[in-house]
Amino acid sequence: MYVAVKGGEKAIDAAHRLLAKNRRGDPMVPELALDQISQQLSLAVDRVMTEGSIYDRELAALAIKQARGDLIEAIFLLRAYRTTLPRLAESLPIDTGAAFLRRRISATFKDVPGGQVLGGTFDYTHRLLDFDLAATSGADRPVEAADLPPPAPRVLDALNAEDLIERAPVDRGIAPPDLTRQPVEFPAARALRLQNLARGDEGFLLGLGYSTQRGYGHNHPFAGEIRAAEVVVEIVPEELGFPVAIGEITVTECEMVNQFKGSPTEPARFTRGYGLVFGECERKAMAMALVDRALRAPELGEEVAAPAQDEEFVLYHSDNVEASGFVQHLKLPHYVDFQAELNVLRKIRAGTADPGGAEDSPAMTEAAK
Amino acid sequence: MTGGYNFAYLDEQTKRMIRRALLKAVALPGYQVPFGSREMPLPYGWGTGGIQVTASIIGADDTLKVIDQGADDTTNAVSIRRFFAKTAGVATTEQTGAATIIQTRHRIPETKLRDDQIMVFQVPIPEPLRWLEPREAETRRMHAYADYAVMHVRLYEDVARYGRIATAYDYPVVVNGRYLMRPSPIPKFDNPKLDRSPALMLFGAGREKRIYAVPPYTPVKSLDFDDHPFTVESWDRSCALCGADDSFLDEVIVDDRGGRMFVCSDTDHCRGRRDAEQPA
Repeated sequence: MYVAVKGGEKAIDAAHRLLAKNRRGDPMVPELALDQISQQLSLAVDRVMTEGSIYDRELAALAIKQARGDLIEAIFLLRAYRTTLPRLAESLPIDTGAAFLRRRISATFKDVPGGQVLGGTFDYTHRLLDFDLAATSGADRPVEAADLPPPAPRVLDALNAEDLIERAPVDRGIAPPDLTRQPVEFPAARALRLQNLARGDEGFLLGLGYSTQRGYGHNHPFAGEIRAAEVVVEIVPEELGFPVAIGEITVTECEMVNQFKGSPTEPARFTRGYGLVFGECERKAMAMALVDRALRAPELGEEVAAPAQDEEFVLYHSDNVEASGFVQHLKLPHYVDFQAELNVLRKIRAGTADPGGAEDSPAMTEAAK
Repeated sequence: MTGGYNFAYLDEQTKRMIRRALLKAVALPGYQVPFGSREMPLPYGWGTGGIQVTASIIGADDTLKVIDQGADDTTNAVSIRRFFAKTAGVATTEQTGAATIIQTRHRIPETKLRDDQIMVFQVPIPEPLRWLEPREAETRRMHAYADYAVMHVRLYEDVARYGRIATAYDYPVVVNGRYLMRPSPIPKFDNPKLDRSPALMLFGAGREKRIYAVPPYTPVKSLDFDDHPFTVESWDRSCALCGADDSFLDEVIVDDRGGRMFVCSDTDHCRGRRDAEQPA
């Protein structure tokens, strides 16, 4: 009987219908609205915007809904949409120092100008399930909205004034490369690496950043400053010639202060690692800053020995849309190649057949790849 | 879904960028040209490179055939064919002879191709030296110096270990006597079809952001040794459906007692042979 797969077309249509049904779940339960997702699952939205490389809460919420809460799938949906959008303008660099603060902490100084602003953080919550949340009373107490603290100078600027930390790179007016338009070439510029890390998978960067703390490319980090802030995005329209604000976005920035470095000609200074993400993806911003610093090893004269310091390794494997696609492509049929391998394996075995009929020759274990 | 999208999904600027990469690839047979691969609405690793190449060369009067594992009705082939039927409104076909563009994963059709046809291959890993040297900066240098000794050593190690070259698919070739090239994971059975093919062969690797090409009538040599010449797979049986004894066969397990049947991997070739046998 001939059993090879037929009717792929019908199967795909049926799979799409089933997927839609599974996404909706029990129709007796009210359907999620996008504003519920963007308001109440706001950190999921932040992550999808960051790794999807597009700042749009509503689209990110839609992607999360469509992806049934699978954030990598949602990121993929957003990326595939983003790639079709025209480039209308390039923004000016955002100024996080001039931004209204949602949160701002420094682990390097007890107090800093502008103060420590704890903000709404999980940090000092006890991770006890709050069973009150299980019941949706519909009568949430409104929390009084406080005004955001005013802008405050960046902590690392204080170190900069004393020349104790390497200076932020000077803007030489060179347009940064664009990862989404040109293929990455190695060695990659730091701007390109940072783009890659900003889009990179949070879990992957978290693991890599963690590995640097455990000795695989150690670089003595201090969290100089972490700030979540509302920044204004500005463009300079050609016909006007002056900056115009086009909107406000929330970003979280992490500036790590790392192991100092000097030379006979250069006084010793702390080095920097930098992380920036949309929304409040603070864990990601911190991991990014650790990996950014680790990737600067060649520039700072350090030996490249650990995975987090290896830019080809990090840049090629950090993108979860690429990784997810390629890992999952193993689901596609491979029976032609498998048949070709079977053929070779059978021929090899026929050539080396043990009359005693050994079932598994150890030499065969490497044949499949 | 088509509303708001350009013909064949990609915008014209992107197509132009890809066509430039294609021209360079044709000018340097077997050389991997980096290109600004875009995110596609299909997953990386599922044919995004091939889809971008096809989208860049397809015109309204083209006829597209899409195969995966040699078959037109495998799910991913169906999905890609639908993508173009939807976004470009082009005619599609399952007949090799009727197609002007054939996008493929893992096979080259058995039917001889013509010089008015273009093959587009989906490529997972374009770099033939990748398993031997993981670093892109290093492999690019090796290509620049045509330093391919490691590949010969690898093949020799097969001979030493198994008495034969044990590579069964994605079998390395040298194009036009210069660049070492991965033919994409086609079985080595299909390698001879690349040699001096009248059809233009284009290879797209989306995730890896590389395009390469074998222009028509270009010599493509599968690596081998004088005492271990290149050979292709053969079966000691023929297709259970059409009786072909010269096509690549898929093995199908038909019961739980070791029962097997062998059928043509190229479904169009198989159907064509059966139709010719019993016209009715």
